[in-house]
Parts: sequence; C-alpha cells; structure tokens
Amino acid sequence: MALPTYASPLERIWYYTYLVICCLVFLFLIAPILIVIPLSFNAEPYFTFTPQMLAFDPAGYSLRWYDTLLTLGHPAPETVRDGTWWSAVWERATWVQAAKNSFWVGLWATILATVLGTIAALGLSRPEMPYRRLIMALLISPMIVPIIIIAVGMSFFFAKACVAPDSAMALLFGWALSEKGCLANSHLGVIVAHATLGIPFVIITVTATLSGFDQSLIRASQSLGANPRTTFFKVIMPLILPGVISGALFAFVTSFDEVVAVLFIAGPDQQTIPRQMFNGIREAISPAILAVATILVVISVLLLTTVELLRRRSDRLRGVTGR
Amino acid sequence: MAEATTELLTTADGRPLKAALQAAQARAKRRAFFLVLPLLLFVVLTFLIPIGYMLKRSFEHDGFVSSAPALVAWFQANPDFDPANPPEEAYAALVQDLALMQVDKTTGIAGTRINYSVPGTISLFKKGAREAKDLTPPFKESLVAVDPDWGKPALWRGMASASHIYTAEFYKVASDFKLNDGGWERGEDNERIYLYLFAKTFLISGIITVLCLLLAFPVSHLLATLPMAKSSLLMILVLLPFWTSLLVRTTSWIALLQEQGIVNDLLVAIGLIDNEGRLTMMYNMTGTIVAMTHVLLPFMILPLYSVMRVIPPSYARAARSLGATSWTTFRRVYLPQTLPGIAAGSLLVFILAVGYYITPALVGGADGQLISNLIAFHMSKSNWSLAAAIAGMLLVSILVLYWLYDRLVGIDRLKLG
Repeated sequence: MALPTYASPLERIWYYTYLVICCLVFLFLIAPILIVIPLSFNAEPYFTFTPQMLAFDPAGYSLRWYDTLLTLGHPAPETVRDGTWWSAVWERATWVQAAKNSFWVGLWATILATVLGTIAALGLSRPEMPYRRLIMALLISPMIVPIIIIAVGMSFFFAKACVAPDSAMALLFGWALSEKGCLANSHLGVIVAHATLGIPFVIITVTATLSGFDQSLIRASQSLGANPRTTFFKVIMPLILPGVISGALFAFVTSFDEVVAVLFIAGPDQQTIPRQMFNGIREAISPAILAVATILVVISVLLLTTVELLRRRSDRLRGVTGR
Repeated sequence: MAEATTELLTTADGRPLKAALQAAQARAKRRAFFLVLPLLLFVVLTFLIPIGYMLKRSFEHDGFVSSAPALVAWFQANPDFDPANPPEEAYAALVQDLALMQVDKTTGIAGTRINYSVPGTISLFKKGAREAKDLTPPFKESLVAVDPDWGKPALWRGMASASHIYTAEFYKVASDFKLNDGGWERGEDNERIYLYLFAKTFLISGIITVLCLLLAFPVSHLLATLPMAKSSLLMILVLLPFWTSLLVRTTSWIALLQEQGIVNDLLVAIGLIDNEGRLTMMYNMTGTIVAMTHVLLPFMILPLYSVMRVIPPSYARAARSLGATSWTTFRRVYLPQTLPGIAAGSLLVFILAVGYYITPALVGGADGQLISNLIAFHMSKSNWSLAAAIAGMLLVSILVLYWLYDRLVGIDRLKLG
C-alpha cells in the first residue's frame, strides 16, 4: 500500500508507524529462529552471548557443541578419529541414532500418508463423491484434535493391538513390532501414528492442487485409448505432482518434528531427535541442543525453498499467475 | 415432437436412458468411494478406534470388580444398603476379599480404583489386606480397629460405586465433584482445580488469539497490498517459522527470555533494568503466552492474507472520495470485508491453542500449564481413567469448535502456505 497523494500529515505519521509495526512483527517472527545459529557456536556452556562473542573474538566461538553431537554416547570419544572411531559414531552416538530413527520413521510415515492420501484426494475431488464433507472432516481431524488426546488414545489402544506369536500377521509384521508383538513400543507403531498425523496435510495440499485440475483431461485421455493406469501416470500424476510432493514434505516435517505421540507410544528403541531434544530441554539444557536446532533450521530452509519452487511450478502449469 | 416426449428415451443397447444414467452415476459414486476407502479404513483403525477406546476407558474400570468378588456380589444383592452403617455381612465379605487380594497381590489395583473417588485408599487397602487373614469376627469391629477409615460412609459409597465396571465417576472427579460421607458434592471453590484449569486454558487461548490477531492484521495487510515480488519475499519470513521445528522455536525462546537470557541482558545493557531486577519471563504464564503466540502467528497470518489479497482497493478509494475519513473507511469499509479471514484465523488459532502441550510443558513452569499438561500428568501417574475423562471433556470442546469452524469457514478452505 503506497501512500496516496491526498494523505494528511497525521495519516503520513500513521503510515510510517504502521511500517515500523510490521517490521517489528517480522522481527518477532524471524529473530527467535535466527538467534540459535550464532548461539550454537558458543565456546562456553551458556545459553546466551558471552562478552567474547559480542566482541567477535574468535576465541569466543567454537564447534565443540557440534562435536558433542558425535561424541555423546561414543564408547571412546578421546581416541584417534580413524575409521573405527567414525563407525562407532555411526553405530553408537546417541544423536546419530536419534537422527537415523527420525529419518526412517519419517520416510515410512511419509510414504504411507502420501500414497493413501493422494489416492483418497483423487476420490474426494470427484464431484460425485458421496458424504464428501463428512469424510473430509474426519480425514482432516488428526490435525485439529489435540495431539495429546490422539497420543493417549493410541497409547491405550496400541498396548492392546498385538498379534498372536505364530500367526500370519506375526510373520508379516513381527519384525516391526515390539518383542511382545504389540504396536506399542515398536517402530511400526510410531510410523503408523506419524502417518495418521501427516494425512491431513497431504489431503489439504493435494485437493488444493486438484481443485484447479481439469477433469475433462481424464476423459480426453480415455477417449484417446489410454487405460486407467496410463491415464493416472501420464496425465494426472505429472499435473498434481507438485502438490503431492509438497504434501509429502509437510507429512515428513510433521513426523520429523513430532514428540508427543513418541513420548506416549514409543519405547527406548525409538529415540528420535525431537524426543532427545525434549528430554534435553527438560533435564540439563546444554548448547548441544542449539547445535541440533541450527541443523534443523538449515533443513527447514531447504524444505521451504523446495516447496516454494514447487508451488510456483504448479501455478505455472495450471496457468495461475502470481500467488 | 409430441410423440418423441411420450416415447421412453433409450440408450443404444435399448435400456431406458434414465436407468442407464442412474447406473452410471452409482458406478461413478462407487469408484470415487473406493479411492477413499483405503485411507478411510486406515484412519478408522489408527485414529477413530484409539479415540473410541480412550472414551471407553473414561467410563470403564474393572480394578475393583475383578479383585473383590465377594463384596461386589454383596453390593449387587443389597443395592439399597446404608453406607453410614453397613451390616456385619458386608464387612465379612470385605475381609474375605482383602485376604484374597493379599494372596493374589491385587491390593494396589483395587486400592487405585477406589482412590479415584476417595483419596488415600491405596495405603488403607494395603494395610487392611496385610491384617485380613488374622482378623476374627465380628469383622466390623476388628476391621475398624485396624483403621477407623474403614467405617467411613464415603469409603463405602466409593466401593459400592466401584462395584460396577461402567461408571461416570471419572467425569464427576474431572468436574471437581467430591465423594463425601453424604454422597457426591461439588467441591469447595478453592478445590476446583480441573474446571479452573479448563477456564484458564480457554482464557490463555483467548489471550493468545487476540495477540495473534493484533500482530497478524498489519502484517497481512502489508503482504496483501505490496507488489507480488516484494510480498513473496516477505512471505518467506512468515513461512519459515511455520516450517521450523516447534522444539527449535521453543528452545530459542528459552534462550531469549530466561533470566540470564538475551532479552534480559539487552535490557540490563541499555540500563532499563538493573542486574538484580532481571525480569522473570520464562517458566511462567508469560513464557507460555509469548512462545505460543510466536508458534501460532503464521496460522493467523495465512488465512487473513488470503482474504485481504482479494479485497479490491477501489472500495476504499470510493469511500474516501465520498468524504469518509481514513478511520471511517477502515472501520466501515475495509474491516467488514476482512471478517471471514478474522473468523478463520481466530478459530484455527484458538482450536490449536486449547490443545497445546509441548510449549507449555517446556516453558510454562508451574503456572503456565494447560489442560493437556494435566492429562499428561495423570497419564504419568497411571490415573488412566481420569486422564481419559479429562481428555474426553477436552475432545468435546474441540469438536464443538471444529463444527463451528466448518460451519463458518468450511474445512475445504483450510490452506497451508
């Protein structure tokens, strides 16, 4: 909003105040995220800037907290950093294990949520879909219902959701279940829980992409002799792919950032990064958490960039200009 | 032409057109539904059934029924007994059950069940069960001699009520009712912890919603009126917090607001406060409100922005040219047009705030805790039925808000980024 030429002096003053207010709100939004980056290079175990850091003295900065991420839980952190040292990091270091768990859980939860969510979104965006509003409300509700309620429900139910030791289900899923054959304290339980939490995001982004989708393209492809599979992979998929990918990224971030369900349904073998951070913040808060936070900020910047680029591509494909 | 309308229209293979169309539509309906079906089953299995199971737990507890068979049978035979003065045979059944509990090691389970409505019963049951096998008739006198609490009417009322597997008792406890000697009564004002916390949660959520609205309005307006290239850049500042881990944002608020934190350091450095007078902004309600406002602000900006973007600027110009002052233009012309965005953003932020757990748990300290934290607390104390009952009450309030959101805004209008 540019200032019109007929603005009175009072309006001018108000206009500049308004700009200042906006800047302050942007500062409020972004400063807390950026502040963790310099703090994570602190040479001292403090959560604030030391006088040396403020004087830009190199001695005030160090990489020791990033080093902690590799050495915490390492059986012999002080030895020479050769191949064995690094393989011990990969196998034993607490934060590395948490990262591996987070990654695998996130990956499988994303695949599950994206595949099921995309197919469902295709059905939901057809005009003839029965009970559309009701089903949509149900599928979005994992995002609306407080996570604590979902986590409590799951912790009750997953403890009972067990398979008999030698049944067919045990043969199929036993490797991903807990020792007792239950969903509680198992990788599969966490994956299923995170997939449920990610589904609303996939549904929302994919149906939004499909709302601009010309349904007659499907008929055109069929009339030209394509079978449903060809139509899906050659016509529908390329057009909705940007929406699917951003939905998948949302689902991944949801899983990657989720801690409450993990606290309630996971066992000691399902230690994830957010759980490790949560415990770290509750117990002994060390700048190692800021180092993790910095890495996560970098990841989120990368993800955001990807989603923005995808959104622009999607808009271009659908012929929407601008935002 | 007249003959053509009376004659039944048919398809090429001779079926009536109307029936063929209906069949085709039913087929299309089925196809659409089958696409949704796998996800629907998945969500029912992983979301609806667990929540249903939780609600069942909030009405159900068999801890006493399974461990005190004789007394439960006596209660069923004598539903109208006088809790102030239970007869000798009731005491005999109780002592028999206590002895059984000691053998089966179920004292804790039974005591925990009664403990929901009559606090302090776990130790009472343990003590009673230890002595039970040595007690002699008359049991009434000998049991009361072990601990006079065994004669309390409230305890007998609690045991009678626990002799049913299904009960609304946990909801009564979660609504601050107390089981006294005379029956269920509303607790004293200073004992109403659960309803007080519900009220506090709604109040804090309301404050956060208002703060978010006040902060989001100017920014959304700026984003909506700037040229596209500039607003796209600024939009990244809104979306980055949205994509950043909640734990990262909570951590940075701790770094900023704690007593030795950056904001306090800054205030001391510029001389606004002295070193002894550092402000306590973390681990209390202020910490919860500030951090949650930051976390939820993007959920207010995005819906406001998408509404403001399509408001034509010509209306405001028309109002000005007709002689309205800038304030009148804003109040009478611009603001009413932003109401859908205000409603959408406020409801969304409020709904999300009411159920928040992580941020209050980490930065709330003692007085910044919300209802979700109380549920987690009772879960950690193994008071599962009470936790489920509080969660059930929270769920109902969220569903009402969700229904309101669907009516006012429509869930298909929910957008991300």
